[in-house]
Parts: sequence; structure tokens; C-alpha cells
Amino acid sequence: MALLSFERKYRVRGGTLLGGDLFDFWVGPFYVGFFGVTTAFFAALGTALIFYAASQGPTWNPWLISIAPPDLSYGLALAPLLEGGFWQIITICAIGAFSSWALREVEICRKLGMGYHVPVAFGVAIFAYVSLVVIRPIWLGAWGHGFPYGIFSHLDWVSNTGYQYLHFHYNPAHMLAVSFFFTTTLALALHGALVLSAVNPPKNRDGTRGEVKTPEYEDAFFRDTIGYSVGTLGIHRLGLFLALSAGFWSAVCIIISGPLWTRGWPEWWTWWLDLPIWS
Amino acid sequence: MSVARLMTAAPIGAALVLAGCDLGPKAVTQTGYRGTGMAQVTDVSDIREEAAIPADPYALPADTGPRAREVYQNVQVLGDLSAERFNHLMAQITQWVAPPEQGCNYCHNPANLASDEVYQKVVARQMIRMTWDVNSQWASHVQATGVTCWTCHRGNGVPQYNWAMMETDDPGSRNNRMGQNQPNANVGYASLPGDPFSLFAQGEYSSRVAGKQIYPAASGNKSVKDAEANYAYMMHLSSSLGVNCTFCHNTQSLGAWNLSRAQRATAYYGIRMVADINDTHITPLTPVFPANRKGPMGDPYKINCMTCHQGLNKPLAGVSMLARAPTLRGPVGAVATAEDVGGAAARAATARQFDAPAAVNTGPAQAPPANSPAAQPATTR
Repeated sequence: MALLSFERKYRVRGGTLLGGDLFDFWVGPFYVGFFGVTTAFFAALGTALIFYAASQGPTWNPWLISIAPPDLSYGLALAPLLEGGFWQIITICAIGAFSSWALREVEICRKLGMGYHVPVAFGVAIFAYVSLVVIRPIWLGAWGHGFPYGIFSHLDWVSNTGYQYLHFHYNPAHMLAVSFFFTTTLALALHGALVLSAVNPPKNRDGTRGEVKTPEYEDAFFRDTIGYSVGTLGIHRLGLFLALSAGFWSAVCIIISGPLWTRGWPEWWTWWLDLPIWS
Repeated sequence: MSVARLMTAAPIGAALVLAGCDLGPKAVTQTGYRGTGMAQVTDVSDIREEAAIPADPYALPADTGPRAREVYQNVQVLGDLSAERFNHLMAQITQWVAPPEQGCNYCHNPANLASDEVYQKVVARQMIRMTWDVNSQWASHVQATGVTCWTCHRGNGVPQYNWAMMETDDPGSRNNRMGQNQPNANVGYASLPGDPFSLFAQGEYSSRVAGKQIYPAASGNKSVKDAEANYAYMMHLSSSLGVNCTFCHNTQSLGAWNLSRAQRATAYYGIRMVADINDTHITPLTPVFPANRKGPMGDPYKINCMTCHQGLNKPLAGVSMLARAPTLRGPVGAVATAEDVGGAAARAATARQFDAPAAVNTGPAQAPPANSPAAQPATTR
């Protein structure tokens, strides 16, 4: 792949966290680094194990392949490979690959002298995954509380785990997470539409191309519409906040289900009914 | 905000947030194949402790000697008992049901024990018939454990947990809440309809809401509103038994028997038993009950799951009291093991599921064969 003309000057030495100069090189457009190597190692091993574990299962139907965690009776111990052990090793590989990828992003940020916003944002996604397969299972005392690796089977897990708390829509953190997910899509749609509207003006009356509008026009549009514009930089701060909040509260909503609350979620709201103001 | 103020506010805030939590140790039981998410996770402090079962007033006498009908007058249902056994049962009922300060007089006119003038005596007679029915006709639900007066009454004249039809708002009013959207302990404090009992705990209304085909149909399919009432009743079942939905169901398909646990078949008969008992034994007593024994709509207080279960998946933690009151087994003698095809199919399917556990996660729910009675369990009773 051809190197972009301006790219060469960013390909600077250093900024690595581990490995010094040893892996400080590029393969084609890709920066490698120590964490690139570990990413490749964990991703390849984990994927190979998924295929091998699937080969030991009853189906090759991609929708139905499932690699399930151990029985709860194994607690936090290792399980035999075909009884959840594969799930445990694949989980280690997944966390290794995701974390390596985040640290590789950190190294690239350091090379470029940028902030760590991208690896931090990816870290929230890793946190959401780890909360499902590590934090909550450890808190409840068994790896078997993790979700199975399968397209349909993980949906069954989501459904059953939700019904463990009778009506999951009453989970306050789930409410926040769902609201943030929807608000994220709303903000992204408004932002995308606004930018495209500024750079795609209608033709002038004489048929010539219209003039591309500046950000001041974008601000003016929302000030006219709702009295306030968050601004060209602010929309990106807002977008990051909304998106990370969605992932964060998703993680919280499942961590608290079991470790901190075991009854139906509707019953949790009795604290409101029991407030001394009116009870 | 200064750091000091934050240091003060943060623990208070955290304490407030955690105050509404189950922080204690958890009891965990797996109820399905690994990875399906079928598990009971219960804070140990939430598990209802079973109140002690009182010892009998005196040892059970032999069923010999003169019959009760020969010794006493107006003995309509217990006449074949020996007078000794009859008196023993009367002492038990006094202990199990009657308020201590009233004793025998709770049901009897002390001047004439044979008289039916106290309404409680008429009710008690029907309740003995009811207990016989439960133990002899509904072994599909109560198994060989059976029930006695204590199972529901627990020393109360009226069982602590009961239901009557809910007072409804004026249908023409803007404030008509249609019986829902009010936090109701009966349905786990959800906004679901607060009185699912009028629909499901009496009469023959089928609780099945899952459609049998993918398209809506004019007949046979139920509405979302029906599903909400059903959900409300299921919330009642869960709260009454101290379990979550996965105690009976794999929610991949709530209606598929071959994915359900055997407990669902037991609950299936329990739902029908409750309706049958209310229809056959309690609602017919409406003219007998005084006004203070009826709900706001004028129907008597009836049974639901909580009446017996009281927070345990097996009432009285599964202890059978029938041996100390063998009369209550019913006129058939030994408890029949009632088992119809729906239950047997569910049990066989569950056994198959545990023999081939991987199939649970790798195959869609299969409907039972069309000619199997299990295919239409809700239409047969």
C-alpha cells in the first residue's frame, strides 16, 4: 500500500511502552509494536480455540455454535476443556487481545503526541466485556455466570439472566444505559446531518454551486432551532460522553444484578415508596 | 465543591445508594445447562424462614371404636371416623385455625356443638371437603406431601395471604387506571395489572399467550394486554415461591415444554388447582360468609399461590403433615399419583434435555408433535 505523502513524518521512533525498539516498526500501513504482537498472538490462539471447541460440539451452524462456561459447581476453579475449560482459555485470550489492542493504541498516541481519548474510550468497551465475564462471575463466586460464546446462545443468556430479576426494564442502571444508547444515536444523527447540510448547500439561482457554510452557520442553525448550540468541539465531547456512558451503565446494570440485588427489579423501587416523606 | 466537602458527601451518597441493596452472601443454584443463564441467585437474608410447625395436642389415637356419626349429631363429612380420631382432628383444627382466645367456640355454639348456626362451622365443613379434593384430585401439584389446614391457616382464622377482586376505577373517569400502574406487592411492585387473580385464579381462562403461528389471527391469539396480565400472574408465582422465572422456564421460549424444567409442569397443575379450589369450594360459600369476610366487590377471600407457599418453593419446606392427620388424605385412601400427558411429556423432555445438554444451546425450541396432548396443554384441564 502506498504511503500517503504526509504520513512519513509521523512514523517516528519511540513512544513504546514495552519492548523498546524491538517491535518498533510497521508492516504495510500497520504499526506493530510489542502489543501488536501480543494482539496477534491472543487473537489467533483464541480464534483457533473457538474453531476447535466448535469442532467438538454438535453443530457447524454458525448461528448455533456455542462455547459455554463451566457449571456453577466449578466455582472459580479451572474446568475440564470440554466442560467449560475452552471458554475459560478463550476468555483469557479475548481479554489479552482487547487489552493489547488498547495498549497498542496508547503507543501510537505517544508517537503522535496525542491525548489518550481513543484508548480510554476503547477501555470502556473492554470494561463492559470484563464486567460480564470476570467481575460479576468472581463477585458471584463462579465462572459459570459468564455468558456463552455463541450467536444465539449468548442471547438466551441475556434473556434468562434478565428474567432472573423478573423484569429487567426496572433496573435503574439499565434504564440509564438504554437512554444513553438512544441519545447517542440521536446526537450522532443530528451531528452528521448538520455537517452534511453545511457542506452540501443548494445551488445558487444562476445554477452555480452554492457556497459551503462555515461552522458559524451550524451554530446558528441550532440556536435558531432550540436556542443553544453545543458548538463544533462540544458536540464531540458530548458524543464521547454519551457513548461511553451507554457502555459504562450497561456494565453497571449487569454487575449489580446478582452481587448487589437478587430480587425482582421492580421491587427495588420500593425505596421510593418507603421514603419517610409519605410512608 | 471543596475536597473536604466531597470527602464527606461521597460516603453518605454511597451509603444511601447501597442501602437499597442485597449486600449479604448469596445462595446460588444452577437450574439449566451451563451458560444458559438459568440460575437462582438469592441473598441468604431474603430466604423466608419456615415457621415451626406446632406439635400435636396429643398423640394420634387408633381409628377404632364407635364412629363419630354414632356418637355425635349432625356429622356430615367426618362420620366414618372413629369418635377418637374425630376428636383428635377437632383438637388439631382448633390449634391450626381457631384464634386461641375462642378455641372451639370459633366454630361451635358451646351450648349445642351440633348446631350449624356459627358460619365458621359451615365453612370448616367445606374446607375439609376441599382438603380431600386437593390431596386426592391434585396430587399432580401437591404430590404425596399433601396439604392440611395448617398449610394455609398457620394459626389464623383466615389465612394470612388471600385475594379478592380488586375495586376498579370508574370506567368513565380520566383517573381510571385500568387496574394497573400502581405498585402492588401481588405482582412484585411492577406496573402490571394488580389483580391477575380474577382472570387466572378462578374460572377456566387459559393463561397461554404465546401464539401457535407467526401471524396474528382473529381467534386463538392473545393481545399484549393478555400477555401483561399473564406476566402479572407470573410475578405473583415468582414472589410467592421465592424464585425467579428460570426456576421453571428457559426464556429462549417460555412456552416450549421441551425447554422447561419439570417444575413448570408442577406449577401448571398448581395454577389449575387454585382455580378449581376457588370455584368449587370457596366461591360457592359466598352466601355463607359475612360482609367482613368479603372483598370490596363482595366476593369471598380466596386462595392464590402465596396462601400455601409463603415465599418457599415447597410450602412448609416440603414437610408433609398428613401422617399426623391421615383423615385429611381424603376418602380415596392412598394419594393418587395423578399424571396426565402434559406433565409426563414435560418430565420426559426435561430428562432428555439433561441427557443431551448441549442440545439446549444449539437447537431452536421444538414444538411437541401435533397429536400430542402436550401441544395444547392450556385447553385441557
